[in-house]
Amino acid sequence: MMVELGHFALIMAFATALIQTVIPMWGAIARDPGLAGMARYSAFVTFALVLIAYLALTFAYIGSDFSVANVAMNSHSTKPLMYKISGVWSNHEGSMLLWVMILVLFAALVALRGGGMPERLLASVLSVQGAIAGAFLLFILLTSNPFARLADVPLEGQGLNPILEDPGLAIHPPMLYLGYVGFSVAFSFAVGALVHGRIDAVWARFVRPWTLLAWIFLTLGIAMGSYWAYYELGWGGWWFWDPVENASLMPWLMGTALLHSTVVMEKRDALKVWTILLSILTFSLSLLGTFLVRSGVITSVHSFASDPARGVFILGILTLFIGGGLSLFAWRAPSLKQGGLFAPVSREGALVVNNLFLATSAVAVLVGTLYPLVLETLNGSKISVGAPYFNLTTVPLFVCLLMLVPFGQSLAWKRGDLMGVSQRLLAAFGIALLAMMATFAITRGGPVAAPLGLGLGVWLIAGSATDMITRCYRRGLSVSAVFERALGLPRSAWGTALAHAGMGITVIGISATAWGVESLAVVGKHQPLSVGPYTVSLEQAFKRKGEGFREDVAQFSVMEGADARGLIETSKRVHTGREMPTTEAGIVTYGLGQLYASVNEILPDGRVSIRFYWKPLVTLIWGGALIMALGGAMSLADRRVRIALSAKAKRPSAVKAEAKA
Amino acid sequence: MKRLLGLVIMMLVAATPLLAVEPDEILKDPRLEERARTLSSELRCLVCQNQSIDDSHAPLARDLRVLVRQKLVAGDSDDAVRAFLVDRYGEFILLKPRFSFDTLALWLSPFALLIVGGGMLLRTSRRATLSKVEALDRAEQARLNELLKAKDPSVG
Repeated sequence: MMVELGHFALIMAFATALIQTVIPMWGAIARDPGLAGMARYSAFVTFALVLIAYLALTFAYIGSDFSVANVAMNSHSTKPLMYKISGVWSNHEGSMLLWVMILVLFAALVALRGGGMPERLLASVLSVQGAIAGAFLLFILLTSNPFARLADVPLEGQGLNPILEDPGLAIHPPMLYLGYVGFSVAFSFAVGALVHGRIDAVWARFVRPWTLLAWIFLTLGIAMGSYWAYYELGWGGWWFWDPVENASLMPWLMGTALLHSTVVMEKRDALKVWTILLSILTFSLSLLGTFLVRSGVITSVHSFASDPARGVFILGILTLFIGGGLSLFAWRAPSLKQGGLFAPVSREGALVVNNLFLATSAVAVLVGTLYPLVLETLNGSKISVGAPYFNLTTVPLFVCLLMLVPFGQSLAWKRGDLMGVSQRLLAAFGIALLAMMATFAITRGGPVAAPLGLGLGVWLIAGSATDMITRCYRRGLSVSAVFERALGLPRSAWGTALAHAGMGITVIGISATAWGVESLAVVGKHQPLSVGPYTVSLEQAFKRKGEGFREDVAQFSVMEGADARGLIETSKRVHTGREMPTTEAGIVTYGLGQLYASVNEILPDGRVSIRFYWKPLVTLIWGGALIMALGGAMSLADRRVRIALSAKAKRPSAVKAEAKA
Repeated sequence: MKRLLGLVIMMLVAATPLLAVEPDEILKDPRLEERARTLSSELRCLVCQNQSIDDSHAPLARDLRVLVRQKLVAGDSDDAVRAFLVDRYGEFILLKPRFSFDTLALWLSPFALLIVGGGMLLRTSRRATLSKVEALDRAEQARLNELLKAKDPSVG
C-alpha cells in the first residue's frame, strides 16, 4: 500500500512539475503576477510529493518489504538500520530518486528564500527547475521504476553489496548529489535572467549563495569519495582519473570558476555574459556526468548498470537542457548590457585569469574523457586516454593558476598596483622559497617535483596569511586593536583566505606522494621488512569469522627504530552470501602520514605476500579539502550573503540599496 | 555513488586473490625495475575496465608485466617495448596516446583554448582600456568646437 502510494506520489509529482514548468513561465513572459505566483506553491507541492515517494521507498527498505524488486535486490533483513536507509541509494533506481529529491528540495528552498527576488525572475527560475525535475521524473517512471513489485516474493533479500556496506555509502552519494544538483539552481537563474533580459549585481547576490552551497558539498563529496576509494580499493591510490571521477571533477572545476566570476559580478557588475555562460556550462557538466555514469557509454572501473535505453533517455535530457540553455544564451546574451570596466591588472583581471585556467582544465578533462568515444565513432580507431594525459594537461595549468593566486587575492578592485602587491608578498615568497630549499636540502637525491610542489603549497598558505595580515595590521596598532580588526573583517575575506590555504595544504599532500615508499615482499613470521622510516614484521596470520564474512588476517607489528609503534592488520575477506572476496587494507596514521598495508595472499606455508606503503603527509590531501569546504562555509555565513538569503530581503528596494552601498 | 558501485564491478571482474605487481616479478636491477614500473603504469590492462597493468590484478596484466620486464632485461628501449606492444595489441594499450593525426585535437585543444582564450582576454582588456581614453570622432570634435565657439562670445 505504502509502496503504491509512493509510486502514485511520483506520478503526481511529474504532473505538478509540468505545472511548475509551464504556468510560471507563461506568467513571467505575459507579466501576469497571478500565474507567476503559482511558481512557489507548485515547487512546494512537487517537493512534498517526491518526498512522499522517497519516504515510501525508505520505509520499504526499513521494513524489509521484499515484494519490492529494488529492496529484494539490495537489502537484507539483518542489515543494520544505517545500511537499510542508505541502501536506498546504493542502486541505480534509488540513486536517481535521491537525485530528483535533492533537485526539488533545492527548488523548494529557492521558493522559500526567494521572497525578495523579483517575481518574474523567481517564476522563471522555478519554472526551469520544474522542467529539469519533470524530465528526470519521467526518466524514473519510464525506465527506472524503484517501486516495481515482484510476483514471487523472496523470503530474504540478496543483501547490500559488501563493498557498499561502509559509512562512506551513507555520506558520499548524498554529498556528491547535493553538489551536482545544487548547480542546477545557478543554471535556472541563468536561464531566468536570459528570459527576463535583466541581469545585475542583485542577480549575482541571489545566485552566489546557491553556487557556494553546491560547491561546498561537491568539494566534500569528491574528497570523501577519494578517501573511500583509497581505503576500500586496497591499492593505495586516491585519484585514478577514471571517467566517473572526471565526471565529478569537471563540474567542480567549472563551478569553482563560476564561484569566482559571480564575486566579480556581485561586487563590480562586470563579467555578466561570461557568468551566465559559466552557470549554464557548470550544470551542463553535472548533467553530462550523470549521463556518463548512468549510460555506461564509457568504460570505467566504477561504471555499472549499463542500459542503452536509459542512456538514450538521459542523452535526450542532456541535449534538451544543454542545447536549450546554450541556444537561449546565443540568442539573448548579446542584448545583455556589459557593466563595470576594469584595468587588466586588478582583482577583476586576476579573477578572469583564474576563470581562464579553471575552464581550460575542465575542458582538458572533458576532452580526455570523451575523446576515445568520439574518435571511435568517427573513424573506428580505439585509443585509451589515461592518467598520463590528464596529469600532463591539468597539472601545468594548475601550477600556473596556483602561482598567481596570492597576487589575485591581494590586488585591489578596478585598478591594482602590481608593484605594491609584489612588495607585500615578498615575505610570503621568501618563506615559500625557504621551505622549498630546506626540503631540497633534506631530501637530497629524492624526487625533484615534491619540493617544488611543497613550495607552491607554502606559497598559497603564506599568501593567504599575508592578505589577512595586511588587512588587520597597521604599524602602531595595539595587539587588541589588530585582533578587533581581524574579527571585524567580513567573513567572506576569511573564507577566501581559508579556502586558498586549504588548496595549499592539499597541494602539499599531493606533492608528498612522490616521497611515498612501497615495499612488496613475501615474508615469514618475524621477518623484518622496512617501509620508509618503519620496520614491520609479521606477528601472526590467522583465520577469523565476523558477522557476515570470514577472513584471512595478517597482523604485523610496527617498529620505528627501537620503538614499538603498535600493530597493523590487513585481511582478505570473503562475504558469505555473495561469496565475494575483498581486501581490507590496514591503515595506521602516524602524524600526518599513513602506513598502509594490503595483503596479497596468505600462502599455505604460513608466509604472507604483502604490500606496504608509507605515505608521508597523505592526510593533508583530504584535510586541505575539508579546510576548503570550511572556507566556503565561512563565506556562506557572511552577513552580506545571509542578507540575500534571509527574509529581511523581502523588500527588493532594500536589497538594491545595499547592493549599491 | 558511481565510485562505490564501480568498486563492485571491479571486484566482480577482477576477483582473483592476487594483487598488482607481485614480489616474484620484481627485477633485481632497481633501475630496470623503476623503468618497468613507469612503463607499466602507462599501459592499459586490456581486460580490465580502466586500469593500468601496474594496478591490475588480472592474469593478463601479470603476463604483460612479465613481458615488459623480459623485454627490458633483453635490452630493449622503452620506445621499443611500447612499439612492440602497440604492434601486438593496437594503440588501445597506451594510456598516454601517441601524438598523431588522430590525437591532434586531444593534445592540442587544451593549449589552443588557453592561447585563444588568453588572446581574446588581452584584446578585450585592451579595448576596455582604450575606450576610456578614446579620442572624439570627427563629428563629435566638430560639435565640441561649435559649442566652444558659441560659448566664446559670452565669455569674452
